[in-house]
Amino acid sequence: MEAVEGRKKVPMLSFLIRRLLQTIPTVLAVVLLVFVLFSVVPGSIVSSMSDDADPQVELRLKKQLGLDDPVHVRFGAYIAKLATGDFGTSFRTREPVTAMLAKRAWPTLQLIFAAMAFSVVLGVPLGFIAALRPGGLVDSAAMIVAVTGLSIAKFWLGLVIMYVFALKLGWLPSFGYGDGGLKYLLLPALTLGVSPMALFARTTRAAVLEIMTADFVRTARSKGMSETRVVKWHVMRNALVIILTTVGLQFGGLMGQAVVVEKLFSWPGIGSLLVDSVLQRDIPAVQGSILVVVLAFLAINLLVDLLYGVIDPRIRYA
Amino acid sequence: MMFRMTAIVAGMALALAGSAEAQTPRKGGTIRMTAPYGSSFTSLDIHTTQRAQDEIYAKALHRSLYTWDSAEGKPVPELAKEVVVSGGGLVHTFKLRDDAYFHDGRKMTADDIIWTFNRIMDGTKAYPGARYVRIIEGAAAVEKGQAKEISGLKKIDDFTLEMKLTEKVDPGFYFFTALTSIYPADEGAKDSFIQHPIGLGPFKFVEHVPGSRIVLERWDKFYKPGKPYADKVIVSIMGEAAARDVAFRNKEIDTSVLGPAQYVAYQADPNLKGTIVEVAEVFTRYMGMNPAFKPFADKRVRQAINYAIDSDLIISKLVKDKAYRATSWLPLTSPAYDKTMKPYPYDPAKAKQLLSEAGYPQGFEFEWTTSQNESWGLPIVSAVIPMLDKVGIKVKVKQVETAVLAEVVRTGDYQAFIYSQQSGPDPLAALKCFHSSTPQPACNYMNFRNPDFDKILDEAGQADDSAKRTQLLQKANAFLYEEAPVWFFNYNKAVMAVQPWLHGIQKNPTELTHQNTEELWVDDTSPAK
Repeated sequence: MEAVEGRKKVPMLSFLIRRLLQTIPTVLAVVLLVFVLFSVVPGSIVSSMSDDADPQVELRLKKQLGLDDPVHVRFGAYIAKLATGDFGTSFRTREPVTAMLAKRAWPTLQLIFAAMAFSVVLGVPLGFIAALRPGGLVDSAAMIVAVTGLSIAKFWLGLVIMYVFALKLGWLPSFGYGDGGLKYLLLPALTLGVSPMALFARTTRAAVLEIMTADFVRTARSKGMSETRVVKWHVMRNALVIILTTVGLQFGGLMGQAVVVEKLFSWPGIGSLLVDSVLQRDIPAVQGSILVVVLAFLAINLLVDLLYGVIDPRIRYA
Repeated sequence: MMFRMTAIVAGMALALAGSAEAQTPRKGGTIRMTAPYGSSFTSLDIHTTQRAQDEIYAKALHRSLYTWDSAEGKPVPELAKEVVVSGGGLVHTFKLRDDAYFHDGRKMTADDIIWTFNRIMDGTKAYPGARYVRIIEGAAAVEKGQAKEISGLKKIDDFTLEMKLTEKVDPGFYFFTALTSIYPADEGAKDSFIQHPIGLGPFKFVEHVPGSRIVLERWDKFYKPGKPYADKVIVSIMGEAAARDVAFRNKEIDTSVLGPAQYVAYQADPNLKGTIVEVAEVFTRYMGMNPAFKPFADKRVRQAINYAIDSDLIISKLVKDKAYRATSWLPLTSPAYDKTMKPYPYDPAKAKQLLSEAGYPQGFEFEWTTSQNESWGLPIVSAVIPMLDKVGIKVKVKQVETAVLAEVVRTGDYQAFIYSQQSGPDPLAALKCFHSSTPQPACNYMNFRNPDFDKILDEAGQADDSAKRTQLLQKANAFLYEEAPVWFFNYNKAVMAVQPWLHGIQKNPTELTHQNTEELWVDDTSPAK
């Protein structure tokens, strides 16, 4: 038995190593892309930091920030630092970027996990219920909710949510991080979670409907298995793989969408850091923020890939 | 009858007593301000940042040699009890306060001021405040690495400082912003300072949640007796106007800067109308014209543009009257503003005539660089295009980000641009932006060169008599009106909504959000009492 377990672990481990190695070119490509983009777009941090009369001051500032070197030299230096885990120093705050990101990472994770929890807890059951009675009242209502949720702009939705829950009902604060507690988290998480909730409802519905007509489900029913057992053992388990894929992809999407929500609710996450850093051309902070988002996206999707094998043992770590 | 009279008198007495009580500053409570210009503060080292956003918290945390007195409309000594001027107006001797304590409990001395100014002149760091400190003799040498200490600063004793300037100017205009905040010597150089700044202000640092808020609490050893009134100041970062609006209506914040749309909405709402505070800020909005672009080299063309645009209509319909019509460069709140001056009238016929005289009877085409700013960007340009088209001038719009626009105007890489530029509080410094000796990247963005203008301004700079100086500055301002290097659009009307329980708001024309927080207090109707 132990030998069998060991054999299972070996392909999983080699899969993990292979996937980790595959992230290196992805990360390098993203870093290069951002670096090149910020080298060609007009505007510079120097303009926003000092409107001094003396051109010598500008030259000194450029030298101090390393902006007087050619792009390839700067890129090489950045990669060399990155390899040691040093994300560089922010042009604006003159703080290490890693320290800035560390302060912002937890609020962003809080927001994304809360939004994801909300969307999965509501969206997946909604899709299941809708699929079990296709064309019925619940199905129609669920799909109206889903389409509406997908169509609403986050900024507008956030304002409506603020207006209703903070101003009209007075239940929750309209903005801010407070002590980082649930009271402050609910409204931004709700705003961020509505769209993925709608997506999960639609994806789940489509997946369940497809699986319900699959041969193995028909076989199970013909063997006399109860409908509850069919749904629980065959439909749900198979639908989970598709749902999990969507969840993994949505994590990346949510990190991008969090920018709007964080700014609207004064939530101190990586998104609002990214916005200000882009506007002020704080390249190290932009690079660091994007890199964290990319790494988080890759990590979540790697985790999803690993979970496939747990949910469905037929899936191999090839 | 007698009873009625007694009742009226008693009622009046009660009302008077009530009003006196209402005006007595209350101790305690929390002031909840907002920072509306972005999603974060740039840095907790205020010497490194020139953003208006950062000075909002810095006004509570730090103190400079001078401060802006909104009631007086001028800078006044803050860390000095007395300033003696000698040496033909170049030497200023400051008798410093001996009761100013940093938040670590140490008393401020002349050494701290000298250390701070030397730090700001560190040429390898390019601190933005260097452009102010450079007025001190020997400061430029430190910046260039030719000297270690500013020669124009001399410590007479712990509480007496002598400052020798390179020009005969009022140093108050140079040392009142947070860019020249006084730091505790040596402490300011430590790495920990950026995480936990120490200042001389009425409130000490407690917490910074990046992207969300800064919390400060009362500094009990602040040098103004009985001040500050509040226990705590929270500055929340709220870049979204709509979110601020909800929070203000929900009584979660005490102040909110209003844009044109909200200004209209608040004026129309009887519950909110009374919360509006407005002031003419020292910012001039304009379209700069590049004289290197042939048509704009001709004064008549520049004047024609001023005649061709119905500025009043744009201010009323588009800017929703959240601005004052500009006559020339100096804004309404400038001490040298000439009330008798009239702006260019809307006169397309006159514009056409001037264009013909200049050799452009069919008009011409130019490229106009703009940002998306709602008050001085693309919406304004879009409104102006048909007006210019009426007189034959075609416009090609080039839209850029605000950060890019700042670079465009400094490098002169434009035919025309629309911008908002500080035009005060010092009228001499504001007009110096048009002096031939001022390089384009500094603030002479239109590369204006006119020896007659220079002469007037130089005379104003040398004038000892303040009335004569004002007269000369007004003459220089009128000269600019005639030369029309820009389309004079408007002066910003800063508008802020202030909750009825927050008192002591100062109408600061240099930036309304920059409040001397020790003057603010909240009454017991505040939800954060």
